[in-house]
Amino acid sequence: MAEAHNPLAQFEIKTLIPIHIGGVDASFTNSAAFMVASVVCVSALMILSVRSRALVPGRWQLLAELAYSFIAKMLTDTVGKEGRPYFPLVFSIFMFVLFGNMLGMLPYTFTYTSHLAVTFAMAAFVFVLVTVVAIAKHGMKFFSFFLPHGVPIAMAPLLIPIEIISYLSRPVSLSVRLFANMMAGHTLLKVLGGFVLPLGIFGVVPVLGLVAVSGLELLIAFLQAYIFTILTCIYINDAVHLH
Amino acid sequence: MPQFNIATFPPQIIWLAITFVVLYILMARVALPRIGNVLSERQEKIDDNLEAAEQLRTQAKADADAYSSELAKAREAARLAIAEATLEVSADAAQKQEALGQRLTAQIKSAEAEIDKAKANARTSIRDAAIGVAQAATQRLIGTAPAEPTTAAAVDRALQARS
Repeated sequence: MAEAHNPLAQFEIKTLIPIHIGGVDASFTNSAAFMVASVVCVSALMILSVRSRALVPGRWQLLAELAYSFIAKMLTDTVGKEGRPYFPLVFSIFMFVLFGNMLGMLPYTFTYTSHLAVTFAMAAFVFVLVTVVAIAKHGMKFFSFFLPHGVPIAMAPLLIPIEIISYLSRPVSLSVRLFANMMAGHTLLKVLGGFVLPLGIFGVVPVLGLVAVSGLELLIAFLQAYIFTILTCIYINDAVHLH
Repeated sequence: MPQFNIATFPPQIIWLAITFVVLYILMARVALPRIGNVLSERQEKIDDNLEAAEQLRTQAKADADAYSSELAKAREAARLAIAEATLEVSADAAQKQEALGQRLTAQIKSAEAEIDKAKANARTSIRDAAIGVAQAATQRLIGTAPAEPTTAAAVDRALQARS
């Protein structure tokens, strides 16, 4: 019982199929199961709905087209035409995070985006990719990124370390923001839910709270996916155009 | 907190990599090009239709212009025809009126001449009658009839005084 009331129990990683490759634990866990579920759902939405290639879209096709246009517009607004090659990546990141967050809103599910390991791996991947692209595109000029234009040279010793720290903290802020939001929301829901039965008739009050917070959580689930994606776009823009 | 259990990191990251690569390939190779095609085909279709509509609109405007210019031409022709007809009719009427007037004048003149003739005739017969009456009356009164010329002169004088 104590286990069931622990608001953090929902974040427990449970091994479903133990797999070990060369001493590395690659077990198929509940987290992996929901990642697979996300990929299946996104692929179903994006591939099956457009199968008929209707000129006038149906509901599902419209949804897929809206997702496509939403991310395409976000990318062209922040990066411009040069952002085109990164569109599949940005789109995949958005859908992967969004479906991770949204599937997590269903009762008894697991939210893989509430794990720092996952969000940090994604953020680190974005960070490394963006840095590699920037160096490949601009060579040594990339390091001028750390000294903004129009800054007096006397300020350089102060500004350059600040800029470097701010650059290096990107993956941290990107991953912690998503992980903390998802974890806090789900913990809050669980805590509120824990109050319902012990309060008896007055359990109605936390139920109303649950309804409100669930609505808020749905908003946050979308918003955090959006923020993660638009920050990725902004980093790509910095890499492609520098300042 | 389960999030900081390092032992769970490798399986999560490994499966993240696997699933994300699968998703990326599916999106990049299948889903996104397909949706992109559908969207661009629709955009082309819309553009085509808009262009066709624009053409039809221009055509319709040209037709409407042609129609109104034709209408204006027809109206002008009709106006000219009416003016001509009016002119013709009034000329005809004037001619007829003049002919009528002339005929009437001629009739009036001949009637006047007739009247004059009748007047003269009447005068002559009155004179003859007066002469006859004067001679007969004088015969009765004094037993002798005055000579013809004398009576005639007297009657003429009397008539002269009357008229």
